[in-house]
Parts: sequence; structure tokens; C-alpha cells
Amino acid sequence: MTTPHPQSHGKNDPGTTGHSWDGIEELNNPLPKWWLYTFYACILFALVYTILYPAWPLPGGETAGVLHYSTRGAEAAEVKAWDKQLAPLQKKLDATKLTEVKNDPALMQYANSAGAAVFRTNCMQCHGAGAAGNKGYPNLLDDDWLHGGTIDAIYTTILHGVRSPTDPDTRAAPAMPAWGESLKPVEIADVVQYVLKISNQKFDAAQATAGAKVFADNCVACHGDNGKGNQAMGAPNLTDAIWLYGGDQATLTQTITNGRAGVMPSWSGKLSEADIRAVSLYVHGLGGGQ
Amino acid sequence: MAFLDKHKKIETNASLLLILSFLVVTIGGLVEIVPLFYLQNTIEKVQGVRPYTPLELAGRMIYMREGCFYCHSQMIRPMRDEVERYGHYSLAAESMYDHPFQWGSERQGPDLARVGGRYSDHWHVDHLTNPQSVVPESIMPKFGFLSQNMIDGKYIADLMRTNKEVGVPYTADEINNAVADFKAQDDPNADSAGLLKRYGKKVNVRNFDGKPGISEMDALIAYLQVLGTMVDFSTFTPDATR
Repeated sequence: MTTPHPQSHGKNDPGTTGHSWDGIEELNNPLPKWWLYTFYACILFALVYTILYPAWPLPGGETAGVLHYSTRGAEAAEVKAWDKQLAPLQKKLDATKLTEVKNDPALMQYANSAGAAVFRTNCMQCHGAGAAGNKGYPNLLDDDWLHGGTIDAIYTTILHGVRSPTDPDTRAAPAMPAWGESLKPVEIADVVQYVLKISNQKFDAAQATAGAKVFADNCVACHGDNGKGNQAMGAPNLTDAIWLYGGDQATLTQTITNGRAGVMPSWSGKLSEADIRAVSLYVHGLGGGQ
Repeated sequence: MAFLDKHKKIETNASLLLILSFLVVTIGGLVEIVPLFYLQNTIEKVQGVRPYTPLELAGRMIYMREGCFYCHSQMIRPMRDEVERYGHYSLAAESMYDHPFQWGSERQGPDLARVGGRYSDHWHVDHLTNPQSVVPESIMPKFGFLSQNMIDGKYIADLMRTNKEVGVPYTADEINNAVADFKAQDDPNADSAGLLKRYGKKVNVRNFDGKPGISEMDALIAYLQVLGTMVDFSTFTPDATR
């Protein structure tokens, strides 16, 4: 197909492709060898790849490939490899009573590390990275517990949550009612003064005396005669200096008027049994555990 | 090869070149697209996935309007570290009623594919209003204004009809009751029997932001709280070879 052209390059003349446009001819230079072989290698790679990996769509389904690779399978294999290492510890943790884990230092160390990781992933958004809590989200470092600070109580709270709308076994702590609907503003102002009194803050003596009656009539069912709370109902102790929403006059008035009902999600089904046990032990060990 | 020598004819005839190019592209397209319609593993059947309720659908529109997808993906990839952090990897069926899907590719913030039920409604209100009040390390902007924007579901039936056009199987019953369902889901005292009958017993019915009336905050939280919760993974195991 190559034809000589007027400006011949002698021995190395590549000739032309025979294409000519208004006298301009197309030289028939060969492709660079490095390029040509890379191109062939790419074709070969693609063919080998389609044999090794899922590729060709056929009427009955795609070819699975000699390696039987799938991203889900790769994930399952990775999970299995880790399970193989961790399963003995996790099984042991599931089988050991929570109160007795501390007698096994290796198991306790695992629970603490795993629990810390679970906490940082799932719990810190509400309770804070250091577990010191936020307004409305309890501090887990102190020894004041709304639903119990024993390891078993903490485990139950994490497993089923508090007032969780999705878990029928959740801690059925009654919500703090919105007393603004049934008490007069003056009664609320009085009972606020009474709560200020029993929590050792500045209070108005006359109002607090009137408030004591309001408290006795309405609040003792949950918070107890002396205002020390009731963990079975999730009713906080009102006599200490630890407040979930705030213990000043304005916040107390707001709490009593509008009510409160904090929700902790249920982690059953979201975390594995071993992870829930590990994070329970971690939280229990933060300082406030009983 | 004599037949290759004919290329001059094609190169010098624009119409012929156009027709033959079209034929080649058509064959390529068919080979790539047609298998997607019959290969079983691209259309995995999964129990539990349902169209969004009117309130959730409104929340989804707010999610898109505010550009949440610029920082949050909704796609847990099948890798151990992702599954450990976010939960079971996402299935294609879980976004089958998303038009458009919100998989995203940016993760300035965490993945939200399974954020439903992980936090309380109150936390979502606190966090959307002022993210740094609960997570001091967060760089998320504040969305407190959503609480001020009241919505009445006036156009929600139209939106459902539009979704139906592109394949979401909303029934006539669901579209006719759109506004009633929209309002019932945010009111624990309302008669929600119809809503639960149409969308299933698992639908979250409560006052999401704890304030009177339905605001954009309510709708967005209703949407966030359903994300990733439709499939029950205690009874469903995806085929690992897929």
C-alpha cells in the first residue's frame, strides 16, 4: 500500500498511506514500539482480568470469575478473620457475669479497649467525648445515677435505652409531666423555691413553705418524700448539686412548667452483645460505677 | 484484507459514518445496559423497604435543599471498618425509592445511611439547632431556622405524584390521604391508624421536635429517624457472593 513520495528519505523512507489531500501526503510511520507493546499488554490484561473477576454478562447471569471475588465476600472474609482473633474473648465476655469480669485482667483489658472504641463511635455524640455529658444528656463520670449505677443497671440501660420509642423492653421511666397544664404559675413559683431550698441554694422562705405543700401533693410520688429521687422511676435526686438540665430558678421553672422526658436510644440489635457488655464495663469503670 | 480497504468509502461519506458510528455505540450500550435488567444480583429482593411517608418525603426534600449530601454520604460500603462504625453495609434496595439517591461521595460529616434510631429526637433538635452544643468538635453549620419554618403539606400530594411518575409505587389511597398522613405522623394524639395501615406498623409517630405545629425540623427529623431502619437484619442475610 505504501507508495513513494517526492521528498524521499532514502533507505528509511516509511512510504505513505496513499492518502493525499491537495498534494499533502500522509506518511506511514510505524507506531512507537513501546506504545504498541503497552497497548497489546493492556488488551492481554483486560482479557486475563475478565477471566479472574466477575465480568461477562450471559443470559443466565454473569461469569463469576476464577477467583470468585465479590466486595461482600471480601468484607465477610475480613470480618471472619477478625472474629477468629476476637471470638474467644467475645464469647468469654458474653458468658462471664458482668460483676465478675474484673477478676480476669485480660478480659477486663479487652472490655475496656473495646468499650472505649464503642463509646467513641456511638455514645460521645450525646454524652461527650470525655463522658462528662451535656445539658439533657447525663454525665457518666459522677456517682449520681438516674437509673442505677451498678454494672447490671448500666447494661440494661444501654441494651434497651430509656423511653426508647422502638424497644418494648425499654426502661419505662414515666415522663416528667408538664405541670404548667395543671398547676397555677404561683404554685410553680412556690415549688421552685422549695426545690431551691432542699438543694441548698438561695431561696425565699415564705414561698418555700407554700411550695412544700405543692411538692407533697404532686412531686413525692416520683421524687420521694425528701426529694431524694427514685431510680426505679428514673426520678432524679433534687437535693444534690448535680442537675441534668440545670438547677437555677429559671431552668427549674421551665422544667416544671413544660416537663422533661429525655430519651436514650435502645442499642439492642444495633450493637453486638459483646460490644454492649464491653461498653457497659467501660462506662462503669469511668469513675461513678457502683 | 480487502474489507479494511473500504474504510475510505466510510471516511468520505458523512452520513454513512454517522449511521455506522451510531450502530457501534448502540451495540456497546446494549451490552452494558441490558444485563442490568435481567441479572438477578442487581435487583436483590429485600423485605421491609417501603416508600417514604409524606412527612419523611418532605424531610428528604429539606435534606436535599440544605445540601446535607455535600458533607454526608448515605452509603455504607462493604468494608469491615465501615460496617463496624455505621452498621450493616447499604443494600441497593434500601435506596430504591430515592429519586435521586443520596449516596454522595463526600464525608466531611459521618455517613447517615443508618442514623435512624441512633439518637433521640431531642438530640437531633439540639444538634441541628447548634451542633457544637453537643459535639464541640463538630464543624457542622447551624440549622436552627428550620424550627421557625412551619409547613402544611399543601404540595405533598403533588410531590408523591411526581415520585410515582418515576417509579415509586404510591397508591391512590396514599396520595389521597397525603395531607392527613402528613399531619398524623407528627401528632401522637392524632388518629394514625390509616397512616400505619398504609405505611406499616413500624412508622415513627410522635411529635419529633417536641414543639406545637409541624415545622421543617419535624419533617427532617422524621426523615433522619427512618434512615436505614426499614430492613430487619436479624431476619435478612444478604447473599455474600453478590
